[in-house]
Amino acid sequence: MNRINRLFQNKNKDILNIYFTAGYPGLNDTEKIILALEKSGADLIELGMPYSDPLADGPTIQESGQVALANGMTLKTLFNQVQSVRESSEIPLVLMGYFNQVMQYGEERFFKKCAEVGIDGLILPDLPMDVYESDYKKMIEDNGLTISFLITPQTSEERIIKTDELSNGFVYMVSRSSITGAKSDIENQQIEYFNRVNAMNLQTPKLIGFGISSNETFTTACQYANGAIIGSAFIKALPKEGAVESAVEGFVERILGKVSNVV
Amino acid sequence: MTYKIDPRGYYGEFGGAFIPEMLYPNVEYLRKNYLDIINEPAFQKEFRALLKDYVGRPSPLYFAKRLSAQYKTNIFLKREDLNHTGAHKINNTIGQILLAQKIGKKRIIAETGAGQHGVATATVCALMGIECIVYMGAIDIKRQAPNVARMRMLGAKVIPAISGSQTLKDATNEAIRDWINNPEETHYIIGSVVGPHPYPDMVALFQSVISEEMQWQLKEQTGSPDPDIIVACVGGGSNAAGAYYHYLDKENVRLVAVEAAGLGVDSGESAATSVLGTKGVIHGSRTLLMQTEDGQIIEPYSISAGLDYPGIGPMHAHLIDSGRAEAVSVTDKEALDAAFHLTRIEGIIPALETAHAFAALDKIKFSEKDNIVVNLSGRGDKDLETYIKYLDEQVDK
Repeated sequence: MNRINRLFQNKNKDILNIYFTAGYPGLNDTEKIILALEKSGADLIELGMPYSDPLADGPTIQESGQVALANGMTLKTLFNQVQSVRESSEIPLVLMGYFNQVMQYGEERFFKKCAEVGIDGLILPDLPMDVYESDYKKMIEDNGLTISFLITPQTSEERIIKTDELSNGFVYMVSRSSITGAKSDIENQQIEYFNRVNAMNLQTPKLIGFGISSNETFTTACQYANGAIIGSAFIKALPKEGAVESAVEGFVERILGKVSNVV
Repeated sequence: MTYKIDPRGYYGEFGGAFIPEMLYPNVEYLRKNYLDIINEPAFQKEFRALLKDYVGRPSPLYFAKRLSAQYKTNIFLKREDLNHTGAHKINNTIGQILLAQKIGKKRIIAETGAGQHGVATATVCALMGIECIVYMGAIDIKRQAPNVARMRMLGAKVIPAISGSQTLKDATNEAIRDWINNPEETHYIIGSVVGPHPYPDMVALFQSVISEEMQWQLKEQTGSPDPDIIVACVGGGSNAAGAYYHYLDKENVRLVAVEAAGLGVDSGESAATSVLGTKGVIHGSRTLLMQTEDGQIIEPYSISAGLDYPGIGPMHAHLIDSGRAEAVSVTDKEALDAAFHLTRIEGIIPALETAHAFAALDKIKFSEKDNIVVNLSGRGDKDLETYIKYLDEQVDK
């Protein structure tokens, strides 16, 4: 069974999904960060494929992508790093990137390679659901990968149902209308949206992302979904140089409330 | 076969709407409603009236006698440079501001390269009393200072795009991010035939007034509504889309798309997308774009800020890929020389973008009997600094 589906089978609340950009801060930090995240208690990792034009991302993730590309990060290197880390890690890995990257690699070749190196799922925010359904659904399923589509406060009920049908692994619930890393709190308006979606009783687990950055926001998000996704706040916590492990462990401990939020 | 948009929002295999979910409600609303809104008689009446009395349409179709004699053919210039604000860009912004009002939007954002679309957007926002924010690459802000000043005078807020190459592609990224952050009050006026469906078709429809007028103007002047050849420069491709539109399915009319070769197509400093590009997704549309093997978008180069774009509108990708349009590449130097040539033979200073179209006359085949329309998409006031610098360099030699 796919590691993501297994995770949700064994644990249905308080799931911590951490996003970071592969090849950031250093080209060879990818594996170290994955291992440190697993050790310190993250449940799931969303690995970003650095991209020149990340439309849905704010300055923090954009900059991390530019640094990673300047470090020489490529898809080939990324796949090698994942393959290597799989020798010592079983944490579920979701690959996040933009559809153009998949197209250039060759769609079928890309999905096959993901499965081969030990990627479990995909998030491709600019791949439309109808194109997925007509052109890629079978390819992705045949390779045993999950795919997560996004919903936002503006997504219609009809489309949420469609998202639930087409997503497997989890549905990505974008907490607010924004790019990543914009604001970091949860307001009443968002709670209403969470409640509205919860009342729909979706079959797929839900993770809340965008604006989750502290133990407080993580805990709140976990009340309304199976867990939450943290990206920009984690990237900001990584040192630009030197060893990443202690920063990773300290961050996860703070989010999980094992130590005080005050550093 | 038709070269216009199909019901799914594609031109052949190009087009579509490859956008994150955050943009979906706005883009989907436009997709479902744009044709109904544009085709409403009240909308058309207001749009036509503004084009006539505010923009100054119809723009003349001028038979360029001396240029024709020199090239031994018949060359007509479609004078979009005579529009209010100095380029074809305003045809689209008039249409889109009316549309934004119809759908109740209170805030306008736009991207701009050379600044012509930014000025045209700032102008219609001033006309309607609507807040206007223009994203412009930090490098373009420096090389197009007169247009930045005009936008500021018109009351628009010009925000520098400091990510990536700091040019048009990055200004577009920033505008899209703004729209994601402000989905409810804001309408995004895209300036070219790029972006997710329905933008390429919507912008082409607003620009199609160019070829609509050409039909009766040519009929009056030559006896036939059809020219033999239409030549236009292509960055994203909005002026070309407008000049081609009513001739797309008339295969007896040759379409020539002129791209910026920068320092040369193979120099590594170029924006000739149809030669250097491969199929991919940029700004929400499947089209041809300049990219690495790994799918990273390559920074293009052209002396002309309006052609300095790594993609091309999906309509043009289809026209070129299918062989319906011929793509021609023109270098910086050839464009500069063509600008001086047109200025001194016809007394018209063209925009640097437009100068590329004139340089293509040296590269295409035609006969003495042919009627050629060159779309004179913009005037060159904004480029005087570049032109004078070039002139001084020639004198020094």
